[in-house]
Amino acid sequence: MGDKPATKGRPATKARSGARRSRPAPTPAEEAALQGSVPEPEFVQLLTPDGERVEHPDYSVDFTDEQLQGLYRDLVIVRRLDLESTALQRQGHLAIWASLEGQEAAQIGSGRALRKQDMAFPTYREHGVLWCRGVDPTAPHGLFRGNDHGDWDPAEHNANLYTLVIGAQTLHAVGYAMGINYDGKVGTDDGEAAIVYFGDGASSQGDVHEACVFAGVYHAPVVFFCQNNQYAISEPVERQTRTPIYQRAAGYGFPGVRVDGNDVLACYAVARHALDQARHGQGPTLIEAYTYRMGAHTTTDDPTRYRTGSEVESWKQRDPISRMRSYLTKAGIGDDDFFASVDADADRITGRLREFVIGMPDPDPSRLFEHVYAEESPLQDAERAWFEQYQSSFVGEGAH
Amino acid sequence: MAKQQGPLTGTQTLTIGKALNLGLRRALEDDPKVLLMGEDVGRLGGVFRITDGLQKDFGEDRVLDSPLAEAGIVGTAIGLAMRGYRPVCEMQFDGFSYPAFDQVTNQLAKMHYRSRGRITLPVVIRIPFGGGIGSVEHHSESPETYYMHTAGLKVVTPSSAVDAYFMIQQAIRSNDPVIFLEPKARYYEKGEVDLDASLASAEPLHRSRVVRAGSDATVVGYGPTMRVLRDSADAAAEDGRLLELIDLRTLSPLDLDPVYESVKRTGRLIVVHEAPTNAGPAAEIAARVQNECFYSLEAPVQRVTGFDTPYPASKLEEHFLPDLDRVLDAVDRTFSY
Ligand SMILES: Cc1ncc(C[n+]2csc(CCOP(=O)(O)OP(=O)(O)O)c2C)c(N)n1
Repeated sequence: MGDKPATKGRPATKARSGARRSRPAPTPAEEAALQGSVPEPEFVQLLTPDGERVEHPDYSVDFTDEQLQGLYRDLVIVRRLDLESTALQRQGHLAIWASLEGQEAAQIGSGRALRKQDMAFPTYREHGVLWCRGVDPTAPHGLFRGNDHGDWDPAEHNANLYTLVIGAQTLHAVGYAMGINYDGKVGTDDGEAAIVYFGDGASSQGDVHEACVFAGVYHAPVVFFCQNNQYAISEPVERQTRTPIYQRAAGYGFPGVRVDGNDVLACYAVARHALDQARHGQGPTLIEAYTYRMGAHTTTDDPTRYRTGSEVESWKQRDPISRMRSYLTKAGIGDDDFFASVDADADRITGRLREFVIGMPDPDPSRLFEHVYAEESPLQDAERAWFEQYQSSFVGEGAH
Repeated sequence: MAKQQGPLTGTQTLTIGKALNLGLRRALEDDPKVLLMGEDVGRLGGVFRITDGLQKDFGEDRVLDSPLAEAGIVGTAIGLAMRGYRPVCEMQFDGFSYPAFDQVTNQLAKMHYRSRGRITLPVVIRIPFGGGIGSVEHHSESPETYYMHTAGLKVVTPSSAVDAYFMIQQAIRSNDPVIFLEPKARYYEKGEVDLDASLASAEPLHRSRVVRAGSDATVVGYGPTMRVLRDSADAAAEDGRLLELIDLRTLSPLDLDPVYESVKRTGRLIVVHEAPTNAGPAAEIAARVQNECFYSLEAPVQRVTGFDTPYPASKLEEHFLPDLDRVLDAVDRTFSY
């Protein structure tokens, strides 16, 4: 791995000629996208887009029927929660929403591979991972509504708060994993590991590089889980790197794996393996989940400006949910009753979400000044006292 | 730094650098969760030798020679703190702390607030700061205003050996992130430290202190400028002017009560720092003093600071840094009203 030249497929002379051009020649992926079909790269796959089970020499899963049903249920529910959240934004109940549609398999596969004692460091799109960590699905909505910065207890769920500065959390995960080492919590089955989520755009950030350096040097039990959803807002992954992301791991001295990010079984298998390696003292792994963001970057974005309908269409053919559904159907694991019951669950859960979000009261103004410091906080105390007095001066004036 | 390996006891005359070293040593002894991390802090003992001998005695897992990556040092310290450790990060020089700025201001400073108190990050960032060492560019910066401006951080700076010894231990015990600014030009200045005194008996971390009483004008400084303040007070005394000197010690939270009390008696205030004038600490202090002491002021608050230029080449730094003449000139100005 990592032994092939990064510029393979591009004439070396051209790259070296220094000839001026505003844009590099299209990559094979770009060319294919222009023609409306995107070739699948080499990756670990256990379930084809048609829902056929295939084997891989290095990765396998051994699920009971119930567990397979559970994975399907997770996929459906997090998609429905996501669609409902987008709708809530459109209706004015959320300021913004970052949709995970298309990335459900990457998140549920890796999220279900985590053990209770593992710690997850998400970015801002990991609603599916939070679901797997048992965080109430309404918890991130305070952030997107503007009520708070994320209202769940990271220690209770072993899931850190969302991070909006791209890539910053990769270092937190590595530091945390260094702490796991110092605590001696590696080397056994009940050892611990950290996983950190980030995007293909984030892979360009200095923090991510530094995180990989620290992880390699300190042999930290951490899994870097990059969801390559092909875009950083409008910029295609070719604008971030000319090297397949997973191959970068070789430069840091640990393994990198590319997995079909729309295949929940493969994502589970690859993440479980990497986490097990980490918890047994084998150090970090970089996983690139090759996937696609079906919707807009966030609800403020207009993806029609930068990608073609045919590209989106071709990714629709690889939908993570429909392939799981056809697999379950063909294998006789899911029948109409089962699928209906999952839909009913999703209805119930999204109904609860809707009710919660619409009913969310504005935060108490005193929260402005809370928890700035853990210890004494004289400036904030003085400002808070002033503010409370100021607020109370309006009492009885009536609304205008 | 001299390898003075005597017992950690009794009253000793120590340089500020050695006092910091002994303070770190004591913190490492007192709490197994304390870790030191930074570039060259291990075998070399840091470029200023502040961590001299600590890796040898506490091991590579307690005193970490980090990769050369400032954001990495602070970012991983955040993760370690989430895991229950108390990391003490060294930034090799002030100008090289800027690559870590996002991790400090966006991450470290805000995590307690964002998590509504669920995450505390007891991280100390040690930064040798200020000029006057004749070094090349990026080695003489005064970044204090950036950090003072960021809620969630404590910003402190000792100016004596005794403060260096205790304040570093207090900073490490604090459950809030602390930017610990070390006046590098004064690492070799000596003072008496009672190593047996308890931390509880030491001046609290968040207090400023009157270091010399005087009745005619109040002069406020911190860290690197305290020496010039003392020299100025000596010189002014020869002219019959008694200056009251206040060492802020803490820039966030600013502890201005002693300043208000003093100004109410003297009616005059001069604030001295190396950082540039524009929006510098003196601006904040002047505004607050003007609010609290308006009817006591006999003259506008005077500022003696670095200029609003990048830190100059070292052959020019004597003109940039507040010196005796500029402070005395400001004293004269305040008496001219
Ligand atoms: C340091 C930083 N720069 C810019 C932004 C604005 N921004 C938010 S998301 C984003 C794109 C991120 O793309 P990627 O890492 O691929 O993650 P994705 O959103 O596709 O999941 C940008 C530029 C930011 N949040 N942080």
